[in-house]
Amino acid sequence: MYGIGILKGFSVTALNMIRAPFTIEYPDRRVGLLGLAKASGMNPLVFALKRPAAAVKAALGVAKIPARLPQHSRFRGQEFVWYEERCTGCASCAKLCPLGIIRIVTDPSGRQTQEGEVYDVEVFDIDLARCMACGICVEVCPYDALHMGSGFERARYAFPNLMITVDELKRAPKRPSTWFRPQLEAKGYDPQRSGTADWKLVGRHETPTAEQLKRTWVDERTR
Amino acid sequence: MPIRTEPVTVNIGPHHPSTHGVFRLRVTFDGEVVVDAEPVFGYLHRGTEKLAEERTYVQFVTLSDRMDYVASMTNNQGFMLAVEKLAGITPSPRGVWLRMIAAELQRIASHLVGIGFFLQDLGAFGTPLIYVMRERERILDLFEMLCGARITVSYMRPGGVFMDAPQDFWPALDTFLADMPHYVDEYERLITGNEIVLVRTKGTGKVPAETLVNASVSGPMLRAAGLDWDLRIKDPYEYYGRVKFDVPLARESDNFARYIVRIQEMRESVKIIRQCVEQIEPGPVRPKEVPFLIRPPAGDVYAHIEGPKGELGYYLVSDGTIAPYRCKVRAPSFINLTLLRDMLVGWKVADMIVTFGSIDINMGEVDR
Ligand code: SF4
Ligand code: SF4
Repeated sequence: MYGIGILKGFSVTALNMIRAPFTIEYPDRRVGLLGLAKASGMNPLVFALKRPAAAVKAALGVAKIPARLPQHSRFRGQEFVWYEERCTGCASCAKLCPLGIIRIVTDPSGRQTQEGEVYDVEVFDIDLARCMACGICVEVCPYDALHMGSGFERARYAFPNLMITVDELKRAPKRPSTWFRPQLEAKGYDPQRSGTADWKLVGRHETPTAEQLKRTWVDERTR
Repeated sequence: MPIRTEPVTVNIGPHHPSTHGVFRLRVTFDGEVVVDAEPVFGYLHRGTEKLAEERTYVQFVTLSDRMDYVASMTNNQGFMLAVEKLAGITPSPRGVWLRMIAAELQRIASHLVGIGFFLQDLGAFGTPLIYVMRERERILDLFEMLCGARITVSYMRPGGVFMDAPQDFWPALDTFLADMPHYVDEYERLITGNEIVLVRTKGTGKVPAETLVNASVSGPMLRAAGLDWDLRIKDPYEYYGRVKFDVPLARESDNFARYIVRIQEMRESVKIIRQCVEQIEPGPVRPKEVPFLIRPPAGDVYAHIEGPKGELGYYLVSDGTIAPYRCKVRAPSFINLTLLRDMLVGWKVADMIVTFGSIDINMGEVDR
């Protein structure tokens, strides 16, 4: 009979109207009184007594709290995490970036034990306006100094502001993504929950000290 | 008294919601009937094939994501097969299984988008599209677990994939596989029996099978004409020889047949993924000895896969250096689109957009 299919279709739509919403509100999530009290870590009654204005707002359904998006620890964010202590200035990342948008200027460092071993990085510009977050630079970094970040809120008003400079890299919160870093994943690190990661945590191996280097390369050979 | 009409030429696009990207269709109408149609494309040309000549093989993976951006995984897969053939790399078994899982998930996601926009073109504004996006979102979440990105995945590497799936991927995949058949049932209830859809799509946009073969069309379009041609069966690449699945066929070669073939292929993909999950074996996901800079011997290869839209082929010529000398992509969207004029002429305006939507093209792949 004509029309049965259409009615069936309407029943599907009607069923979906009473289901819980699938959409996630971002950047702010609307909450009720219970949700707001829970977000501030208080019992709803105590909360209503302490902050009556906010409680009334929440009860009316107009209160909002910042929402956190569910995000996997491998998420390739745009903010890079760079560890000055690990970086030797080898510039593999700059060489193998498919777009060639990393610019590195180095200078022989005072902390080196042999000539050409470690360099101080003076310029480390990543042109985020052109970066496609592919992560090849992270993949090729032999010293685990560069990691993908976990943030993504990097909208800016002008192109020059999209450039990540070395100062910004030094200042940026160290929440590396576990993309291409199985050692971080093995430790159960999650950039959202575990907080910032120290440079000692992120490496596959520790950087050898000058003494260890001397033992391996000088003492053992001249023995 | 008959009314004399005059043909009028109308430009549809390049910026038109029904053209699936930047695509221009110059159509000549006589009254309501299409008398001529000329596709104009190239607005999204980025020179990917030329760019490949100065990128190493791994670097090009990132660019292959951007060709058919609703099916990045299969793009990666085709390119990896070509590189492995060229350089003589034997992939790791676990990597291959993971690649198959990813590719079949991508096929579901791509068909979902294809169906959603096809119905959008039909005038079912919003509802079906939002429904398919809901499921696609879950697939993209799975991709985020695998490789940290949702659209531009860059997941595969010569010899396998770059990293093993995380622990929480497997339960999430299981729940998705359990839910997906119900979702497909829901579309069938919503759409397949709907009289308006049937009237609008049955019998419109018919193309004879010979025309399809002569134009070397592939993929669901060909199978909707009753031609049993699926590269996963006819030329089993990866481990497709070890999984069992049916190739859905339809006979009518009209818009409805193309829609129904896609719906059934999604069910088959779910079956394939289940078998992959059963057969996957532990081990490394890529051989240790494959270097980052691959230097294949001089020569040329052609490798093809059954992408969601048709046969996706890569022709690579190597001159022994770290970058390909030439990289030619056989893009299914582009070749399926060449038949557009034959499909449109003689039909009404209202059928034009539906027929165009049923090809399921992606402009990123057409123009490359
Ligand atoms: S993520 Fe990719 S594009 Fe961005 S800097 Fe690294 S290698 Fe270059
Ligand atoms: S970040 Fe890594 S690849 Fe780049 S210069 Fe430093 S050590 Fe080398």
